Amino acid sequence: MYRIIKYVMLDILKNKILLFYTLLLAVLSWSVFSLEDNATKGVLTLLNMVLLTVPLIAVIFSAIYVYNCGEFIELLVSQPIKRTKIYISIFTGLSISLLLAFMVGAGLPILIFSFNLSGLHLIMAGIFSTLVFTALAFLSASLTRDKAKGLGIAILTWLFFALLFDGIILFLVFQFAEYPIEKMMIGISVLSPIDLSRILVLLELDVSAMMGYTGAIFKEFFGTLTGRLFTILLLLLWTIIPFLIAMFRFRKKDL
Amino acid sequence: MIAFKNVNKSFGKLKALNDVTLDCNSGSTFALIGPNGCGKTTLIKSLLGMVVPDSGQILFNGKSIYNEHLYRNSIGYMPQIGRYPDNMTIGQIIDMIQEIRQPSKPIDDQLYKQFDLKNMAAKKMRTLSGGTTQKVSATLAFMFNPDVLILDEPTAGLDPLASEILKEKIIQEKKAGKLILITSHLLSELDEMVNGIIFMQDGKIVFKKEVELIKSETGEGRLSKAIAKILKSANHV
Repeated sequence: MYRIIKYVMLDILKNKILLFYTLLLAVLSWSVFSLEDNATKGVLTLLNMVLLTVPLIAVIFSAIYVYNCGEFIELLVSQPIKRTKIYISIFTGLSISLLLAFMVGAGLPILIFSFNLSGLHLIMAGIFSTLVFTALAFLSASLTRDKAKGLGIAILTWLFFALLFDGIILFLVFQFAEYPIEKMMIGISVLSPIDLSRILVLLELDVSAMMGYTGAIFKEFFGTLTGRLFTILLLLLWTIIPFLIAMFRFRKKDL
Repeated sequence: MIAFKNVNKSFGKLKALNDVTLDCNSGSTFALIGPNGCGKTTLIKSLLGMVVPDSGQILFNGKSIYNEHLYRNSIGYMPQIGRYPDNMTIGQIIDMIQEIRQPSKPIDDQLYKQFDLKNMAAKKMRTLSGGTTQKVSATLAFMFNPDVLILDEPTAGLDPLASEILKEKIIQEKKAGKLILITSHLLSELDEMVNGIIFMQDGKIVFKKEVELIKSETGEGRLSKAIAKILKSANHV
């Protein structure tokens, strides 16, 4: 299995887009930390950038890669290897490469400028964003044979979670401002991996008080160790479930 | 050795395999023939597990191949149109497949040498002509001394010289007692290679007969003429 991972990684690491992605993250994080004299503020600024760019690149790059892998998959399927192994290897190779780019581009400056819990949580948020959106890319690619359609679904997924979801939440908050919906908000934020990652970092930064009463409820719920483990568990589920659905569909796919 | 039992497969409305039941034993070489779109490639791909049948069973050495993968160690497959990762070189592809299969027997690099792939090992798959890609496919199919060889239009796109090399190789493997399944439209070249014909039409197996029997039944000395005669009489019915 690790042989396939090796070939996938060798293939991706040569890719110029990945190099560009690493550079982009590096430029972003170095400039953010150089401009802000307060490292915590830097983490906060970088958080918003990471939560926007990392999922976008992860979802598009992975979706394109899965489609371009068609020939590679076809070649391997006729060989004595399990289909599930092929799929897991490609996922692993792809996410390791993307994580490597993230760690070199953003992880390194974060560790240098803000080597504390908030920095580590930011790195964790980046890692989970990569994993979740790579899995979502696999899911969109498994839904259709048409590359353009699959890519469209992948981009829409990102658009939904990165932009539309916040809009929906804002709409709900305004519509139901009269009602005690704080507990419900916790339930809803679970539905977006980007929000989960954001919560993970914000709570560590201790700026949740700025989020008002809802923020206090969040703090009460997510601030504890159980709350934090719960968030991580949910992010793991966000990775595993889309990937498993995609793999289940791949097992029965005709090539 | 290979048995299909009431295998069905549809792609939308098209029935690619319609209740196919077939038995093939080692030591024989079969030609799988039939008009375009009659289900030959689907039959082959379902045997390799690349296409999952809707119903029915496919047995390899008496065991169902469903969700199995190890049986593919005994199969060498040459696809009709070999599709390979664009960025990999010929050498890398061959190395990778060797690493994956980890052959217990010594590998057979006869075709690799005869096709002179060594001099092209650094070329990327994207830059190869159709014929060279076919050479790579053929080399991979024969490389691991498999018990079963499945060749989908093996000589299509090969130049006469390469085509002759491949035919020689097929005859050599046939003599070694392997089960070989060839699909082809070039009936004239099948004559010397096969000893049985499987004829498919509209996803069904129309007949499976020995070449000698076909020839004596139709009274024709050459396979191509004999098959043409059968087709004509079938069309008139």
